[in-house]
Amino acid sequence: MTEPTPMLTPEGQPAASPDLEPPPLQAPEVRTRGWQALTPRGRKQRLDRLAELAAVHADEKGRSLWAEAFRRLRRNPAAVIGAVILLLFVLVALIGPFFVPYSPTSTEWADQVKEGQNIIPGPSAEHWFGLDHNGRDEFSRVIVGARQTLLVGVVATTLGLTVGCLIGGLAGAAYGLGGRRGRQIDNFMMRIIDMLLAMPSLLLAVSVAALLGPSLITVMIAVGVISVPVFARLLRGSMISQAHAEYVTAATALGVRRGKVAIGHVLPNSLAPVLVQATLTLATAIIEAAALSFLGLGNPDPAVPEWGVMLTDALTRLEVAPRLTVYPAIGIIITAFGFTLLGEAMRESLDPKLRR
Amino acid sequence: MLRYVVRRLLQLIPTLLGLSLILFIWLHRLPGGPETAILGERGTPESRAQLRHDLGLDQPLWIQYGRFMRRMLTGDLGVSISTHRPVVTEFAERFPGTVELTVSALLLAIGLGIPLGYLAARRRGSMVDHGSVAGSLLGVCVPIFVLAYLVKEVFAVKLGWFPAAGRQDVTIDATRVTNFYILDGILTGEWDAAADALKHLVLPAVTLATIPLAIIVRMTRASVLEVLGEDYVRTAQAKGLTENTVRRRHVMRNALLPVVTTIGLLTGGLLSGAVLTETVYAFTGIGQFIAESIDHRDYPVLMGFIMFIAIIYVTVNLLVDLSYGLIDPRVRVR
Repeated sequence: MTEPTPMLTPEGQPAASPDLEPPPLQAPEVRTRGWQALTPRGRKQRLDRLAELAAVHADEKGRSLWAEAFRRLRRNPAAVIGAVILLLFVLVALIGPFFVPYSPTSTEWADQVKEGQNIIPGPSAEHWFGLDHNGRDEFSRVIVGARQTLLVGVVATTLGLTVGCLIGGLAGAAYGLGGRRGRQIDNFMMRIIDMLLAMPSLLLAVSVAALLGPSLITVMIAVGVISVPVFARLLRGSMISQAHAEYVTAATALGVRRGKVAIGHVLPNSLAPVLVQATLTLATAIIEAAALSFLGLGNPDPAVPEWGVMLTDALTRLEVAPRLTVYPAIGIIITAFGFTLLGEAMRESLDPKLRR
Repeated sequence: MLRYVVRRLLQLIPTLLGLSLILFIWLHRLPGGPETAILGERGTPESRAQLRHDLGLDQPLWIQYGRFMRRMLTGDLGVSISTHRPVVTEFAERFPGTVELTVSALLLAIGLGIPLGYLAARRRGSMVDHGSVAGSLLGVCVPIFVLAYLVKEVFAVKLGWFPAAGRQDVTIDATRVTNFYILDGILTGEWDAAADALKHLVLPAVTLATIPLAIIVRMTRASVLEVLGEDYVRTAQAKGLTENTVRRRHVMRNALLPVVTTIGLLTGGLLSGAVLTETVYAFTGIGQFIAESIDHRDYPVLMGFIMFIAIIYVTVNLLVDLSYGLIDPRVRVR
């Protein structure tokens, strides 16, 4: 087999191979009848042959597609910058908290802070980023806050991704492969998704947060819920567009069960846009979580430093100590920027139309 | 066309019904139920029972839901816990402010974003291109309330060019006609009132415009890039049309289609952004009221507003879909 251009629907690949006969007839009903007419032995042989082909096919195709995308990604400066930012962020978030000079919750230096006289000590050799309004070491709080911010972003995105893909995958498979009944199921599920989409994202998060009461878990769920309809729509659309690819027809014609076609063939070919979206969603999740904190629906536990909460506290003291705003704000902006850069670069490297 | 409109309107019904059901259940799931939301924690058991009876909470759920729906349909959204005024009244006073803010932000974003996106695509790889792409990527990463605070600090507090808070100076005794302050000023001929309202609008609108601007620039750029590669553009250029004509007749007409769809989807982001922007600038719109209601746990207000905003949101998106038929003849056929 010649190396195909990546990111195409693998049109007619099994059929193009000399070992596999193309389906003899065009109309689907007739094709089914032809398939039933096969002897069990012939059927088994053909299935084995298909499995063999599919294995080789999936292997080569899969590796080359992703490898090709990765190769393009590496050459894209935006992707490299994004990846480096994220690597640094993840490193700081994971191991930073073990190396902070002070406890992020210790108010040992509270006597140096005189809010009434607008005195909040700035950076010094002892406290690199100075103290915050409660006399805590700002540097330690920023570092430990990175972990909390990453945690909220990752958990919320994973939640949205899982639920969204479950709904979208089911709807997409039902619509693409389930016939008339499937389209009804799809229609029903999409109406539910429409309901979620009918609310502006932040207000959706606010309703969820108000319903569950403020806590760390609430923030994660509220932010995750926002992305459920996005992932669901995306995966559904992607799966439906794949449902008419010829490899699906080929697999169906050879008697692969519909469920297996959906999971083993259609789903892996539909995941690329979802992965791109997940990267971009991580950026918005961090920003939305900060917005929830700003509206007073964030994590109410003041002991746990989190950039959104720190930012909200600092903004009311912008006049007194602008630096307290700058640290968490820069943290949020740069992290979100890293995810956005990488996500956009991934989208570009996976999109055949944008390839140069 | 008419059949399409009717079908789309009918499709909205189950969506909105489902949403109302969710909201209804939400109210009933509140800790302590609706009577706590109304009476607060102070209510005596007797007053609670009385209120439960008055509100019909001792009746079966489906009857309650029916009543709830009837009230919703007649426009009765209940009374705010914090201001003790009907939610609808609060709404009528504040909604025009949000419309002023979001519409001017959107117009700003469209007016700047489409030319900028076109320029970036036309001069692909130039400084304009790289600058606008990087700027729009960075733009979506800045939390809007941070930007709002910074803009306010610089242009209102430090430089003093614009007022820092409110929709109009409290010393101005303006006549209210529509509650659109700028429009009121023009209608009544109180020009100073209109100018003052406009001055108050500048900073919030500029702040809020950054979100749609970033998205519109990127959408326009991508869309124009795609169209520029089309055969008909090359043909138009080859037959010697001026760049202006090619742009107007061939490039923009086709490139703007996906941008229009995006603008419909932006309403959600704008309304979310309005909540944050209005809060920072103490701009008395519904966004600020929602933020206050969250603080006060003012559930009737929150519920009514969420329902209302959902209706606006789906309506705007319906209008956008319909306008699609107007600008794209290919869609009209179906």
